[in-house]
Order: sequence, then structure tokens, then C-alpha cells
Amino acid sequence: MHSITLVVNGVVREATVPARTLLSDCLRHHLGLTGTHVGCEHGVCGCCTVLMDGEPVRSCLTLAVTADGHEITTVEGLAGPGGALSPVQRAFAECHGLQCGFCTPGFLCTATALLAENPDPSDDEIVEGISGNLCRCTGYQNIVKSVRRAAELIREEA
Amino acid sequence: MTTKLFGEPVQRREDPRLLTGQGRYLDDLGPGALAAAFVRSPHAHARIRDIDVSGALDVEGLVAIYTWEDLPGRAGQPLPLLIPHPALTHGRTAYPLAKDVVRHVGEPVVMVVARDRYLAEDACALIEVDYEFLKPVVGVEEALRSGNLVHEDVPDNVGAHMVQEVPSADGRGAAEAIEAAPYSLEFRLDIERSASMPLEGRGVYARWDADDHSLRVYSSTQTSTSVRMAIAATLGLPLPKVEVIAPDVGGGFGVKIMHPWPEEILVPWAAITLGREVKWTEDRREHFISSAHERAQVQQVKVGFDGEGHVLGLDVTILHDHGAYTPYGIIVPIITSTQLLGPYRIGAYRVEFSSVYTNTVQVTPYRGAGRPQGVFCMERTMDHISRHLGLDRAAVRAANFIQPDEFPYDQGMIFQDGRPLIYDSGDYPESLRMLKELIDWDGFPARKAEAAARGRRLGIGIGCYVEGTGVGPYEGGHVQVTSDGRVHVSTGLTSQGQGHETVFAQIAASELGVPLERVSVVTGDTRRFGYAVGTFASRAAVMSGNAIALACRKVREKALRIAADALEADPRDLSITDGVVHVAGDPRASIPLATVAVLSNPLRYAFDEEAKRATQFAGGGSADRPPIEEGDEPGLEGREYYSPIRSTFASGMHAAIVETDPDTAEITILRYAVVHDCGNLINPMIVEGQIHGGVAQGVGGALYERMVYDQHGQLLNASFMDFLMPYVTEVPAVETAHLETPSPLNPLGIKGAGEAGVIPVSAVIASAVEDAEDFPIDRMPLSPSELFDLRSRHGTG
Amino acid sequence: MKPPPFDYHAPRDLGEALAVLAETGEHGKVLAGGQSLIPLLNMRLAAPGHLVDINRIDPLDTLTATAEGVTVGALARHSRVERSSEAAAAQPLLRQALRLVAHPVIRNRGTVVGSLVHADPAAEMPAVLALLGGSVRLARADGPAREVAAADFFTGPLESALRPGELAVSAFFPALPPRSGTAFREFARRHGDYALAGIAALVTLDEAGAVGAVKVACIGVGATPIVLDLTGVEPDAVAHAVRGRIEPEADIHASADYRRHLAGVLAARAVDEANGEARRAFDHAGR
Repeated sequence: MHSITLVVNGVVREATVPARTLLSDCLRHHLGLTGTHVGCEHGVCGCCTVLMDGEPVRSCLTLAVTADGHEITTVEGLAGPGGALSPVQRAFAECHGLQCGFCTPGFLCTATALLAENPDPSDDEIVEGISGNLCRCTGYQNIVKSVRRAAELIREEA
Repeated sequence: MTTKLFGEPVQRREDPRLLTGQGRYLDDLGPGALAAAFVRSPHAHARIRDIDVSGALDVEGLVAIYTWEDLPGRAGQPLPLLIPHPALTHGRTAYPLAKDVVRHVGEPVVMVVARDRYLAEDACALIEVDYEFLKPVVGVEEALRSGNLVHEDVPDNVGAHMVQEVPSADGRGAAEAIEAAPYSLEFRLDIERSASMPLEGRGVYARWDADDHSLRVYSSTQTSTSVRMAIAATLGLPLPKVEVIAPDVGGGFGVKIMHPWPEEILVPWAAITLGREVKWTEDRREHFISSAHERAQVQQVKVGFDGEGHVLGLDVTILHDHGAYTPYGIIVPIITSTQLLGPYRIGAYRVEFSSVYTNTVQVTPYRGAGRPQGVFCMERTMDHISRHLGLDRAAVRAANFIQPDEFPYDQGMIFQDGRPLIYDSGDYPESLRMLKELIDWDGFPARKAEAAARGRRLGIGIGCYVEGTGVGPYEGGHVQVTSDGRVHVSTGLTSQGQGHETVFAQIAASELGVPLERVSVVTGDTRRFGYAVGTFASRAAVMSGNAIALACRKVREKALRIAADALEADPRDLSITDGVVHVAGDPRASIPLATVAVLSNPLRYAFDEEAKRATQFAGGGSADRPPIEEGDEPGLEGREYYSPIRSTFASGMHAAIVETDPDTAEITILRYAVVHDCGNLINPMIVEGQIHGGVAQGVGGALYERMVYDQHGQLLNASFMDFLMPYVTEVPAVETAHLETPSPLNPLGIKGAGEAGVIPVSAVIASAVEDAEDFPIDRMPLSPSELFDLRSRHGTG
Repeated sequence: MKPPPFDYHAPRDLGEALAVLAETGEHGKVLAGGQSLIPLLNMRLAAPGHLVDINRIDPLDTLTATAEGVTVGALARHSRVERSSEAAAAQPLLRQALRLVAHPVIRNRGTVVGSLVHADPAAEMPAVLALLGGSVRLARADGPAREVAAADFFTGPLESALRPGELAVSAFFPALPPRSGTAFREFARRHGDYALAGIAALVTLDEAGAVGAVKVACIGVGATPIVLDLTGVEPDAVAHAVRGRIEPEADIHASADYRRHLAGVLAARAVDEANGEARRAFDHAGR
């Protein structure tokens, strides 16, 4: 067993995990943050995407022990103080960018990082940015629209 | 309807929780539960000689290991055959855990329960099963030919055989009509397997309350009520002691309407046996090899037609791959057989199918449920006819359309609900007109020629379909207005992302005249509503939507009656706006619905200030009458059921423009257009979303997804690496237009929308690629490699 | 789909890492980005007794671009190399290829050196190393590090010259020669998937501006990246030349014939593009 310390959504969290524990399982089952979803456990679907030191990574392809000492942001940490939805979250609601919601946390984390790096992405850049996340419900059209709208919201509110 | 919410693109009420990680999917529940995992057959067909669990006994955290021999009574019997049919003469279902013989890779053999999933998988890896290999049967044609049997007692592997024949108006059979027709064609069509593949797999979590002798089960299902009945029956529990709840469900698309899955019996049984909470969360590998697939069919078509393309006779013989078992009956080939007819009136029709066992994962409905295959057949037929006659493909379709003044139109067959296939409404010529305008059908030849001049190869394709939606038998709705003015709506069917909480709230708010925020909706929870069928066949909005509307109307009537008493007014002069009952022409005479709710329930005990108005000395009611009139009930609530005489038929037409790369054979969809008619729209934003998602799945089925079995029955692409579900980079933007021909069959005039998007896509893409390449496309899906091979074969490569 | 148990080692420096690898021998497996290894663990297709996590060895997280070439340390993520304008200036093929490696999120964790060691015959980075004639530096506890040339490094599908006890500490990609251009063209079923076939091309013009040397590396059509010297082959004969010199195999996604055909098409396109790049470089140098 390994004792690890993660800073999750700004809060120092400690866990004792076997070495083989995936970061996704650590977040979900050891820390109770079930907003991060697990869709394939081989790194293809992107449902489990979280931000590690600000960069989106697959939490199912990361060992919790490797993440020791790093900052992790999950979907639970995207909203602002007091629970106000972030521009990305609001845009997804406004543009119907989700249906069953299972892939959504991965898209939200990915889009949040994408817009932090590139606040005014072209449609091609949006598509490339979210190209590693599967969605079985929406056909992606409204997800692209949501990311575009989120960029607008961020600019308007800057 | 006093509050205009029906028909508005209202934002979804599910979203705030799903956007913040507060949704509760199956694996988010029961953090302390034991974990189950399964040893599954690595062989497609084998006899189990021995199971040796001794190697696993030392695994730390191991709690239990179960094999078939441990299962008591009915739990050890074959799982139910859900939809029996006279033509299914040799229906076979699996045991919850394999008994003696395994019939596909992935069939569960041993159940392991351990402290967590890691440890359970460790134990699974140490259990040794000794198998005697049996000859596998893979592929429908081999199933008929090879002499090897999936089930020893099913000759030729044929589980069902069915013929339906509709003679022409002058009484001719299809063979005769084809024989007599000026032109005839024969060809073969192939469609391969795909699967629903929701991003959340299946899952079951069970808690046994030993004090109360009751069982609560959460399942990622499309039907909680039916799972409940299956569990109670199989485990011998009194129905009132079993609760089943579908929590947030991460997509279903059909695979979760199948039930009870082995795990839906085994996990609750283990929870009772162990007295501990047990949870099983399906992983992706398991989903590929142990859930369900669909689509695979081989179709032989004979068609006779005249010089204008009118179909005079059609004869279709279908080989349907049913996989190893038939728990869901033969619904899929029945739907193919009937929905094949689409928006057309054709002369004589004969359809024959054989549903064949193979040593592969069982086949149960996947979004579209047999319709994509039927539409592929009919639309390929239309294109073959057009090509043969040198006629415009849209014109040939138009020549065969049922006309708007012909509804209700009886196709003369029996549909999947056991009722006549009678189309209730539609306007196919108008749909086609809209589609041609949307895609600029008439301008395409010029565009194609212009592109060709620049060395680019373009093609346009079209596909039409009619979809029977909202099949019975029934759904119910319960609506309760509580004394705080809140409206609680419940219905038994489940939700997997369709936005039911939103659209049902829109219906209730519209019907009752209350603000949307005051309405809450619960679906798929047997604690709230015990009678239901499930979410499939594009039926939720039609069935539960109408049931809820009817329940609301009942509640509204009662509210007006009580309010009329209180206001000393005529109920006919009352209306409800923003949750307040008003008297017409007297703005001061009003009473909030909350107060009406208080008055609806005569009280002895005032539990709060407002409730005092309903107590016995408050002065309400007449001393000459009982506080609750005969036939009335306390409370402002109502329950109603909607049970349609038959299905309502939505329809649509799609067109696509594709480009095929002359060098790489890459197929790119440049434009995709949809005209869709699902009657009155409750929430256009949600309907559009359903269409987008359906088309994306259709594109997957047309160009990317297939289940690749080798001759040994091994699924070679059981991962997201190799089962190519489209990403954003593979899905075109979808352009939509809506036609609304209201259904006359239900109070809201609606038809289902859930499956529409997926249905014609393979047909449309085949049509477009055929147009670009100028040789027939009779097999889907189509990869660049296969297109390259076709070019070589046709000498155009 | 959970990894089997293993002993976990998290060395703090290179020496410690090499010591653990020496001790664990063939039972030891290095974890860097994990984007190829962890899927194998989750599917229990790999079950190493010891996992040596090198993510804490900061000195391996290096990226150096000089006039000679680009040296990529074992912990440099794909995304870091992709974004580095210095690396792109020294060897543009790196960025051209890295943009095709899986998806951005995978590139945030996956490492260039890890991709080389994984040696997937359909992967981009081995082809880049092979085409450019780069090398991989392998360190071990009980002896000096050795520099293995690309031509010797890729020994088979998912097989490299890395021996038990060794750690690939860096890879060296030679810089773009003068008057040269590169391109990477590939065709995948879905954007980001392993390619059905792909071509990395390097074209160098002579001092008069005529095409001098032409080389390509093919992926997805052999057991290892296949480097072909196409110098002297006319542009319209490139496709044919490539098709005649590869022996691709069929799999569930494509027939052997199609792969062969595709490699030819992509080679013509890649050489054409690289030629254009070379032309630009030539014109730029001339000005």
C-alpha cells in the first residue's frame, strides 16, 4: 500500500492505495469523486479525462501513485465559488451539448483546458481539441457548438 | 394550455447535475459494496468438463465463488424468453451461469465476489475451467450449411421461420406479380453486426435489508419494472418486497431493454445470500463479448416493376443472425419484415425470414431494431430500379409513395405489437420536396460534373423510412400537487439521456398551468410507479408523455372543481396560470394551486399553518355530504394510463453528398440532410439532438463499425481501439428540417423520435457512394479497403 | 479491466532507476507516459512483476535542439516536443509526425522515447527516427550507455534492441539537412487511430536546386518501419516503387493489397510535399 497526497480541486486529499490503483478508481472509489467516469479503461473513449497540473490526461491510463504530489481537477472542480457553473458548463447546457451525460465530464475537462490555452479557437481547432473523446449520444454537433459558445462566454466575461 | 412550454426549446433540467459531476450512475452508488466479476468463456462452443476454483481461494479479499451448481430453484433455470411467438419454434435462452455447455465467447461461467474489483479479477484469473471443444458455428450461411449445431436439439440451427405475404390489390401473390411485371431484378444484400455500445456499460447493485426482508436493486436498465418482476419471480420474493431503480443511465440504445441479464439475477441473489451489498459494473471488454449485438442479415431480393418504377411485386428472403440465444424473441426480424415497406404502396409483397443460431453474442434490439436493415433493403431496391430504368432516384420513390389522402393506410401485415400495420398519418411527397430543397437535389448533377472536371468524385444518396413508434401495451403517469404548490410527476419507464425530466415537465407545466420550476419528474423508480413497460421503440414521449398529459388533465379537472367550490364560481369560468386558479373576468377572485391541494385533503390534524384550512372546524365543505365524496379520493393527484390502439408512424427522409477519393478510396460525407416528421414537437432542441446522435450512430454503422468474428468465433475487435466508433472527426454536421403531421392516435399528436436518425443512414451512404462510383453497393458497412477492392473488381480502380 | 498486481518502484534518480532495473531484469518494466503500457496492464495482456516509474526523475525530462539535431529525454512528452519551436526549427518532421500521434490528450502524457521503445510498426515516431537515421541511448547499471542506431533498434513488431536491465534515456533525431524538406502523410480509419499506412518523407535538393536524395519511411506495412531510398525515382514512379518494395499484411481493417496501394499513394503525396518544402528551403537560402 502506498500513501499518496493529491491536491484535488484545490483541496489536499490523502489516500492509501495499492500501487496498481488507477487514478480514475482512486478519484472515484477512494476519494468519492464519482463525477469522473470510466468508459473503456484502455484510453480510447476519454470519459475519464481529468486535468493534471492543468493539462487533460486519461485518468484510466495514469496510476494514482504516479499522480502523487500533483494537482488534479475533476468535473466537480470546474464550477466557480458557490457552485456557479463555469462558462464551459453553461455553454453545454445552453447548446444541448450532452444527453446521457456519461462522456460529459471528459469533454468538459478537455474543453476547459483547450480554451485556457487557446481562448479563440477556430472550428478546426475545436474539433482537433476534442477529437480524442467519444460520445455515443449527441453526434458531436452540439458539443462543437458548446465549445464555440463557451469561448464566446469567456470572452464576454473577461 | 395556459403556459406555453410545449413546443419550446426549453433547456434541460437534467443538465445542472450532469454538468457538475453530481449525476448518479450505477457505479457511483454503493461505495462500500462488494464487487462481482465473472469468469467468462474464452471459447465459442465448448462443454465444461470441470471447474477448479482452488487456485483462487487464497486471494486476499475473496468473499465467494459461485458456479451454476450453487444456484437454487428458478435461478438455476434458463432465463426467460421474453417475447414468445408462434414462429419461434425453437427459442433458447441461456442459464445465468453456464450449465454444461458454453455457446459464445463471453458467456458467464463463474461468479466471483470480492472486496473490490481488482481482487475479484485476480481470483477470476486463478480459476481453471476445463473445456472440451465443440465445433463453432459462425455466420448465418455456415449455420445452415455446416451441419454443426449451436443447440443440439435445434435442427439446422433455425430458431424461427416465418413467411408473411400480402397479395396485390388484384389478388396476385408476389411471385406471380414479379413474373408478370415488365421488368424484374434479383440481388443480394448484406449488413454486418454492430452494437448499441453505450459509453456506460451495464451494471447492477443490490442491497438486501435483512430486517425488512426486502431487496433494493439498482440497474443500468431501460426497464426497471420488468427487471423487478423478473427478480421477484426468479428469486421467489414477494413483489412488494422488491424495488428496482434505474439511476442515471449512461446511454442504452437498446442493449439495456434486454433483461433480465444474468447479472440482474445473480447480483441480487448474491446480495441476499451473503447479506452484503454487492455491485457489478460491466467493463468494456465484457460489454463487447457478453452484452448484445444486432444488425447482421443476408437478404435476397426479387422485385418486379413497371417502366415508371412502380413496384408491382417484391419478394425478400432474410437470413437473420440471432447469435447464441433468443431471449428477446424474433422482434428484430419481424420489424425488418414489416418496416421494410417504408413510405411505399407496393403491389404484392412476400417476406420470409429464418432466424438462425450462431456461436456468437446474442442479438437483441439496437436503436432502429431491424429497421435499418429493412430500409437498406427497400432503398437499395429503389436505387436498383432507378438505375435499371435510368430514372431519377427521387422520382422512382415518389412514384411509389402512399399519398397524404390515403391515411390511415393499411399495409396488410401484423406489426411488432401484434396489431395491424396501419400508418396513421404522414405527408411523404412534402417530405421529399423539403429534402430535395434542403440538399439541392436538382442542382447536384451540375455540382457533380463541376467537381469531376477537377478530378473529384462526388455522389448524392437518398433514403426514406417509416418508423412505427410508441408501441403499447401502455405506460402510466402519476401527478401529484402537494400543499407547497409543487408538482410531482412520475412514470415507470426509464431514461438514458433523452431528456425525459425536461419534456415530461414541459407537458405537465403546460397542462396544469404551473411554472416549469415547480415540476419535478421521476422515471424508472418502481417505488414511485410500479406499472410500466420500458424505454424502447421511440415510445417514451408518446406513451408516458400522453399518460402524463392525461393524468394532468384529471388533476386539473379536480383542481378546478375544488377551486370552484372555494371561489363559489363555475368551473368552466376558471383557468390556471402560473400555479394560480383564476376566475375569468374577476382578477381578484383567485386561489393558488397550493391551497387547492390543501383543500383537496380533508384533515383532522393541521401539520402547518396552511393546513388549518382543511381541518374539520375550518368551515369548509357541506355538512350534508361526506368529506370525501363517493368515488373521489383525498389529495390533488391523479394517475392515468395511455394505451394506444396501435403504433403511430413517424417518418423521414435523409440525403447525403459524399466524396470518394480516387486514390485512397476514403469516403467523406460532405453534407447530410434530414427531413423528419415526428408529429408535434414537444422540445425541438431535444428532437434535433436525438436526430444528430442517431445519424452519428448510423454513420458508424455505415462506414466504421462492425463485429469481426473469426472462424473460431473469437471476436477480433473487442475494444474501442478496433471497434471504430466515430469521433467528432468522422461525423458530419447534420442539416435538419421538420415537418409536423400530428398523430391522430394520441391526445398530444406526437410520434416517437428516438431512433429516427439512425434508420436510413446505411441506405443513404450506399446510395451516395454508388452514385459517386457508378457500381452497385450492396453490402454495408463499407471501408476504404473494401471500396478499393470493389473498384478493382469493377475495373474502375 | 484492472491491472494485475506488481511491485512498484519510484526511483528518484537515474542511478536508482538503473539499479532497480538491473535487479529486476526481465521482470522489470519501465513506466513513463503509460499510454501504451497501462492499456496492456488493464487488459491483463502484460503482467510485469515490477514496474519502475521514472516519472519522478526530472533530469530525464529534457529537450535539446542544436544544429546537429534534437535530443529528447525519456520523460519529454509528445506534446512538449510538438510545441517546441526550437525542435520544429531543427527538424520539422518531428512536429509533422507528432500531430498525427493519437489525440492531444494522449500526447499530453505519452513520451517520444516511450513510443520508440514500444516499437509499434504502425506508430509514427519510430518511422521518424528510422528515416532520419537517429539513435536511442540505452543506459544500464553495470556498464556504459550504448547508442543504438535506428536501423538496429527496431527488431520486430513491438520489439526493440532494448535489453532487460536497460533504460532508454534519450533519443537523438538528426537535424534537417540544408536544402531539405520533410512531410508525413498517413491514412487512418479514424483521425488519431494507428494508421493503415503512412509515409514519412525526406527530400534533399542538390546545390543546383535539382532533386538530390529522396528517402521515405513506411509505417503499417511491415514488421518495423521500412526505410526506402527513392533517390533517382521519377515523381510519377514513386508510388509504384514503394509498392514493389513492401510486403504488407492484411488485418481486420484493410487488405494487404489495399495497404500496398495506399502506401504508394501516400508516398507520392509525401514526397511531393517534402519536395515542395525542400524547394522553399532552397529558395529561402538563396535569397
